[in-house]
Amino acid sequence: MAKRTPPPRKSLQKAPTGISGFDVITAGGLPAGRPTLVCGSAGCGKSLFAAEFLMRGAVEFDEPGVLMTFEETAADIEKNVASLGFDLPRLIAQKKIVIDHVRIDRSEIEENGEYDLEGLFIRLGHAIDTIGAKRVVLDTIEALFSGLNNQAVLRSEVRRLFAWLKDRGMTTVITGERGDGTLTRQGLEEYVSDCVILLDHRVSGQISTRRLRVIKYRGTTHGTNEYPFLIDAEGISVMPITSSGMDYVVSNERISSGIPELDALLTGGGYYRGSTILLSGTAGTGKTSVAAHLAEATCRRGERCLFFSFEESPAQIIRNMRSIGINLAPHVKAGRLAFHSARPTMHGLEMHLVRMHKMIEDFKPSVVVLDPVSNLQSAGTLDDSTSMLVRLIDHLRTHQITGFFVSLTRGRDAIESTEEGLSSLVDTWLLVRDIELGGERNRALYVLKSRGMAHSNQIREFLITAQGVKLVPAYLGAAGVLTGSARLSQEAKERAEVTAVESEVARRRMTLEHRRRAVEAQIEALRAGFRAENEELSRALATEQARVDQITADRARMAANRHAGTRNGDNQSP
Amino acid sequence: MKRKTTAPKRLRPRSAKPKPNTWTLRLYVAGQTPRSLTAFANLKKLCEQHLAGRYCIEVVDLVQQPELGRVDEIVALPTLVRKLPEPVKRLIGDLSNFDRVRLGIDLIEHSLAS
Repeated sequence: MAKRTPPPRKSLQKAPTGISGFDVITAGGLPAGRPTLVCGSAGCGKSLFAAEFLMRGAVEFDEPGVLMTFEETAADIEKNVASLGFDLPRLIAQKKIVIDHVRIDRSEIEENGEYDLEGLFIRLGHAIDTIGAKRVVLDTIEALFSGLNNQAVLRSEVRRLFAWLKDRGMTTVITGERGDGTLTRQGLEEYVSDCVILLDHRVSGQISTRRLRVIKYRGTTHGTNEYPFLIDAEGISVMPITSSGMDYVVSNERISSGIPELDALLTGGGYYRGSTILLSGTAGTGKTSVAAHLAEATCRRGERCLFFSFEESPAQIIRNMRSIGINLAPHVKAGRLAFHSARPTMHGLEMHLVRMHKMIEDFKPSVVVLDPVSNLQSAGTLDDSTSMLVRLIDHLRTHQITGFFVSLTRGRDAIESTEEGLSSLVDTWLLVRDIELGGERNRALYVLKSRGMAHSNQIREFLITAQGVKLVPAYLGAAGVLTGSARLSQEAKERAEVTAVESEVARRRMTLEHRRRAVEAQIEALRAGFRAENEELSRALATEQARVDQITADRARMAANRHAGTRNGDNQSP
Repeated sequence: MKRKTTAPKRLRPRSAKPKPNTWTLRLYVAGQTPRSLTAFANLKKLCEQHLAGRYCIEVVDLVQQPELGRVDEIVALPTLVRKLPEPVKRLIGDLSNFDRVRLGIDLIEHSLAS
């Protein structure tokens, strides 16, 4: 048993980048002590990636770094990283970062005879030695190729530079502009064999999405998908969303929906924590109100709720919900409830997903509401929005976050279906529909499915009152479901019927009582007669007995007398 | 030998220069490599030819003084920097093409002018 300790595996050493999500898909970061090529077209964020790698290395991992820039000046870079919250002048003063701007102006340089790039090596070596750097960024080394002419020398020197950096054990990020049909214009990928990362900025249907892909990472496993990423005030965030597995923990805990009657319908007191609930319904059926109830109940328990709204602004939701007695404003103030309103077309679906992920990570809610999911497809295709929601659901389940999705069913669609094909993904499906009857349009709610719990099969009438949503049993009879006034009149009618039946029952009961009493009286009379007879009979019997005894006694006496006299007794045999 | 055809040409009259007679040249090399020796020999030869007595060559071994690399924007070695007369001019390589050197740091113009 003791011998089972595995031998230390010679796994690749990795240098964490600190870029959120990236270290997850690469299982630890970039290959330590080796060069990595980050390539992509203009404006894809490769310089930012490189800069963030360097800054975070210096600040978070205590690995000083050298930024050798061929394009931007030190002042430009200072401004760029300041927007990410890094104080570059301070880092430079602390000897954690060195920025060396290599300016190559073709008009100032005349080539004459043989040369090499030893000058660059010495400069870089000097910068590395000054601060004891562990990380190096070359952004963008391809500028050399446009500044100098001798391509053969440049190629061999660049190759030598990468080998030299590897020898010195520098974790290096080299950026390269994407070329026609090649990853980089100068074919730098030929020289960097350890790790190649491709950044992409794609625009489809006027909506842009940034994506990142690890093309090559020698000696280690890595996610091979295209991962959407986001550039915001905190830098780059890569979302390893597509890697979601399905091995999540499930909870038996129930959380209230905020509507007591609905909790009762879901036998056991509400939704499962960490489950996914879909509420679908036609327009104007009060779907948002149900969602707001859940949000309010969550906040009241002291948990956090994140409300994504794709149609209404936060202020609008708060105002509208106040009108039905759900006061969300205090929870927003207390920081338990956060709204995020964005039009679906604001950015691509991937971007929506990435943003949601980020907010979920930051806010750490226990309930997430999406209202509605049905119009997300306006930011992409139906397939895209379905796949996005699947990934979101996976993510929520993995983190035991209850997801509440609102879906608008359009008039022409079958009511028990969703366009997103979500029905098979969700755990609990509530359906709100409107019922037109007797010149009224009323709402009804029922539980279409709810995995892992007994749930009512009843359709409940759904009332939106000044005190919130109320569910009352609707009438389901030969005439169909009765709601609204029809239900009220039916209720009154039934009440009258009940009263009539009750009085009839009482009358019958009285009659029965009378009859019982009469019978009892008769029984009593018969019993009395019987008693009298009985007494008489037993007296007669006693008399008879006495007489029999007397006779017997007399006979005995008589026999005794005869025996005492002559032997003329003839009834005695000798 | 070189494919380059568009050499920067800044051939303009230099009458307004305060001290047109003193040339300050700095040659950056990395150690005593054959190439740096060639470059120095070539430079010396040219200067003697055109600027006899009014030039000053400073040879900087970048290995010894790496901090100067940043100051003078050195990438390739050997690099010749013409500090004076202004404007600053840079030539990289072992300076084996004399005609091009003359053109590159305006030696012809100056030798004619003197």
